Amino acid sequence: MIAILDYGVGNLMSIHNMFNKIGVDSVITSDVEEIRNADKYLLSGVGSFDHGINSLKSASFFKTLEKEVLDKKKPILGICLGMQLLTNSSEEGKEKGLGWIDAQTIRFDLDNKKLSIPHMGWSKVSIVNTNNIFRNLEENRFYFVHSYHVFCNDESNELATANYGKIFTCSINEDNIYGVQFHPEKSHKFGMKLLKNFEGI
Amino acid sequence: MVQKRVIPCLLLHKGGLYKTEKFGKPTYIGDPINAIKIFNDKEVDELIFLDIDASSQKKDPNYKLIEDIASECFMPLCYGGGIKSVDQMKKVYSLGVEKISLSSQAVLNPYLIKEAANLFGNQSVIVTVDIKKDFWGKRKVFINNGKKNTKIDPLEFVMKVEDLGAGEIVINSVDNDGVMNGFDVDLLKEIKTNTTVPITALGGAGNIEHIIEAFDVAKVNAVACGSMFVYQGRLKGVLISYPAFNEFKNQ
Repeated sequence: MIAILDYGVGNLMSIHNMFNKIGVDSVITSDVEEIRNADKYLLSGVGSFDHGINSLKSASFFKTLEKEVLDKKKPILGICLGMQLLTNSSEEGKEKGLGWIDAQTIRFDLDNKKLSIPHMGWSKVSIVNTNNIFRNLEENRFYFVHSYHVFCNDESNELATANYGKIFTCSINEDNIYGVQFHPEKSHKFGMKLLKNFEGI
Repeated sequence: MVQKRVIPCLLLHKGGLYKTEKFGKPTYIGDPINAIKIFNDKEVDELIFLDIDASSQKKDPNYKLIEDIASECFMPLCYGGGIKSVDQMKKVYSLGVEKISLSSQAVLNPYLIKEAANLFGNQSVIVTVDIKKDFWGKRKVFINNGKKNTKIDPLEFVMKVEDLGAGEIVINSVDNDGVMNGFDVDLLKEIKTNTTVPITALGGAGNIEHIIEAFDVAKVNAVACGSMFVYQGRLKGVLISYPAFNEFKNQ
C-alpha cells in the first residue's frame, strides 16, 4: 500500500487516479496509523516552498513519516514541490527544507528572455545514473510545470536531467528517497511506467 | 528543450461534446469520456474542456462530469466554465484537475485571478480571453460566450491579467472559431512580444501549417484546436484525430 500524503497542499487525486489505472493500491491519507502501516510514500505538492514545508512539518503524521523513512528506510517519492521539499532549502522561501537529500532548490536564472517561466510542457529526460525507477524509460517524455529546480551538491544523487535553456537536475535519489521534478501522474504511459517502477522497488 | 504543446480543446454542452463555429451553431461530436479515451491512446499533450452552458445559464460547474473526465485523463487537464469563486475552484482541483480557466469572471472580477493564484499557485490559474472584432474592425475582449463587448483592448487586458498572476493565457479568437483558416497571427505576435507568461493560441487551426505558423511566427508556447481534431475532410465528418508526434514536435 502506497500512502499519498495529504498535508493540504496540492492535487493528489490525479496521482490516485493513475495508481488505480495501473492497478497499484494507494490511499490519500493524513492518518498516522495508516501512514505507519504503509509500505511506501508519495509526497506531492504544488504552490510555494514555505507554505509546503510548514504544512508538512505541522502535519500530525510528520514524526511518524520521518521515522518510517529515515529509520525504517521505507521508500518515498517526492513529486514537483514534493521533491523540492526533500532538499536543504529553496530560493523561493526562507524556511529550511527536509534536508533528506543534500541539494538546494534554486531559481531558473535565464538570460534567454525567449523562455517563459514557469517551464511548462513536455520534455525529454536524460538518465544520468542508472536506477530502477527509470527502468525501461530510456525513451520518454514527461510533463513539467515549475519555476525552480534542484541542484545537487553531490553528483551521485543525480538520477536524471532535462534541458530548459540549460541542463538541470530533474530527478534525485539517496538510498530509499526519490524525487522527480516532473509530473508522472500526467505523463501518459511514461508516468505509469515510472510509478509502476516505484511500486516495484 | 521544452516541446511546444498542442492541445485539443473540447466544448461541453448539454452533457455532451460539441463544436461551435464563431461561438454559434453547436454541433454534437460525441461522448466526452469516449473522446478522452481516444486522446489518451494518442498521448495528447494536454486537454482543455470548456463548459459553454455553465456561465450563460448561471449554473455551477457539473462536478460529477468533471470528476468522470479527470479520472480518465492521464495528461494535464484544464477546465473552464461557470467558475466564480475560490471555493468552486478548490472543489474542481480536488477532483484531479490541474488548471482552471477563468474567462468572463476574469473581466468581471479580476481580483479572483490574484486570489486564486495566491492560493493555488500561478500555474493552476489560466485566463482565456475571447477576442472578436467590433463593428469598426477593432479587436475587443468579449464575455458571455462572445455575446457581450467589454470594449477592453486585448493587449491591455492580457498585460493586466499577467500582472494579477495568471499562469498562462489562452488567446481565443471568436471570429476564427471553427473556421479552420488559421490563427490571428498578428494579434498573437503582438501579445507574445509584450508578455512573458506562456501564451496559448486558440481559434482557427485547420491544418499542421497553421500550427507551425503560430509556433514559428507568433512564437506562442502552445496551440489549442477544436475542429481540426474532431473533424475529418471537407464535409466535416466527425472523427477524432491528433497529429503524429513527429509532425510538428521538432519544429
